[in-house]
Amino acid sequence: MSYEIVSRPHEQNFIDWSKDKPEVLVLTADLTNSCEVGRWRDTYPDRYFSMGMAEQNMMGMAAGLAREGFEPWLHTFAVFLYRRPLDQLQMSVAYPSLKVRLVGFLPGILTPGGVTHQAIEDIAVLRAVPNMTILEVGDATEAESVLDVAHAIDGPVYIRALRGEVSRIFPQSEPFLFNTARILSTGSDITLITSGIMTEEALRAIPLLEKREVGITHLHVSTLKPFTDPIVMKALTGAKYGVITMENHSIVGGLGSAVAELMAENGMGVPLKRIGLKDTYAHGASQKYLMAEYGLDAQSLVEVVETLLSKNLDISESELIESRTVSVHSSAKAEAL
Amino acid sequence: MSDTKVPELNLAEMQRIAKGIRRRVLAHTLSNNGGYMSQACSAAELLAALYGGILNLEPLEEPIVPPQFLGVPVVGTTSVRDYQTGAQFHGPKNVNKDRFIISPAHYALVVYAALIETNRLREDGLDFFNQDGSTVEMIGAEHSPGFETTTGSLSQAISQAGGIAIARKIRGESGMTWVFMSDGEFQEGQTWEALQASAFHKLSKLRVIVDVNAGQCDGPMESVMSIEPLADKVRAFGWDVSVVDGHDLSELTEACLKEVEKPNMVLCYTDPVRGLPLLNERRPSLHYLRFKSEQEHAKYERAYEEMVK
Repeated sequence: MSYEIVSRPHEQNFIDWSKDKPEVLVLTADLTNSCEVGRWRDTYPDRYFSMGMAEQNMMGMAAGLAREGFEPWLHTFAVFLYRRPLDQLQMSVAYPSLKVRLVGFLPGILTPGGVTHQAIEDIAVLRAVPNMTILEVGDATEAESVLDVAHAIDGPVYIRALRGEVSRIFPQSEPFLFNTARILSTGSDITLITSGIMTEEALRAIPLLEKREVGITHLHVSTLKPFTDPIVMKALTGAKYGVITMENHSIVGGLGSAVAELMAENGMGVPLKRIGLKDTYAHGASQKYLMAEYGLDAQSLVEVVETLLSKNLDISESELIESRTVSVHSSAKAEAL
Repeated sequence: MSDTKVPELNLAEMQRIAKGIRRRVLAHTLSNNGGYMSQACSAAELLAALYGGILNLEPLEEPIVPPQFLGVPVVGTTSVRDYQTGAQFHGPKNVNKDRFIISPAHYALVVYAALIETNRLREDGLDFFNQDGSTVEMIGAEHSPGFETTTGSLSQAISQAGGIAIARKIRGESGMTWVFMSDGEFQEGQTWEALQASAFHKLSKLRVIVDVNAGQCDGPMESVMSIEPLADKVRAFGWDVSVVDGHDLSELTEACLKEVEKPNMVLCYTDPVRGLPLLNERRPSLHYLRFKSEQEHAKYERAYEEMVK
């Protein structure tokens, strides 16, 4: 049994969702179809504004629209939302805390477009920007339900979005909840915290680790700022051998750093291992290739678990490949704790 | 222009305002041993024309006392932002009224002086200038008198005003959205992005007025980074452009009132020492006036006495 693959989870869903929200506008920078809003443009032509390849101005015009009570949803690749127009994002949007939604596609090493297209430090940069909220979706259900979460926030929101063929890991009945981690498994040896596409990757290794009697509490985190979720705090407290974070991002400034700050401030004296890009740029290649090259895959997770336990678990690569087919249901309800 | 526009313009009154701006900025510069003096000399007529009749703003019942700074905007608390906006000095927003967005925040002192001269800021407003805890900041932000946006990082206002103009166009509002810019901002790439987008989206109710004083922090613009021929460049971006003598109020006001189908720009070529020829001695460094000696201070005091005669 494998996950359902949803094709273009944002495309029709965003059209339907926007129908009764006349204040919602879309601004793009020459990546309209690439960001699954071509049909949105055709459905609501009066609410769509092409800004061309000019992100600094797009950010400023979005700010002006938001000041007037509109809710602009900027769609482009993640990397173009925070690198080139960072000053505009900060001074025109974040300082006045305007309701601008930055929908960034192809985060991290999801794109074969190489270093210019790979947003590997977006979370690090934007965590340091006051007033920002940072959300990251990990599957089709979250790609659909993140809209309501972002819409409700009275301030700027950055979304690490997914496009194209996206797995549905979490049932549609369990939508994205703001600042609320999903508890995917529980165990007392290791606490594993994953975000975005790394959750699906980690899920390949979990059953094999459990078979070898490694107790893992596995959380999927989709709100990266604020980072104040009591579910995360509780899971960190219970880790006997250590904590592992796994993110499609640099290990500097992202999920791993956020967890490190929480652990240090709360005096949690267990080791923390951060899986992610180890302070390096990447290059143009397939997602699978890059995940293996930079140690972001299930195999790398197994190795880190072995390090923490000081134990060889004897898990072969072929086992990991076969285990891609497991389906899970989340027990992410807050009351489950 | 806007529906309720009063076409009668009082150029003599504008002249009085311009004089008042120079006088107040010089007085402040003398008492504080420093100030953005050349900006007052170059932009006095420009701001006098706008606040003195070109802008269609709601009048205020009485000049406003600048409030104390209440804190930066915080996510989830928009009420703070609403309360603190410097736009209150331009009167309540209205569909048929103009909006005025100030881009070069370094002109704050000059803007405050213009607001005092037009009974929008209380006369003692400059006493709060650059005082800790005050909104009358040296480089204004959106809580400072007259400021609606935070634009000390230059060239960001034109994009924000463009967004406001799109919003007003969607709602069918008749009021204009004005932006005051300095010529140095045409060195920033964002300005040109905003020009192309405003023309593309046909923002005919967006108007930009520029103080072309040919100076910037490092000195004369032609020695730092030339922007000329500015009018040709802006026209090539799809804008209607008027070029005027920025100290000639009849030329200036005529250009501002021109009916156009495109976004419109008025380039006001100005003299950064107009009304205070003593400043010539400071060339080429005119960006900020700080007195080098008691003797120089005394010279400017005498110039002030001449000015108020």
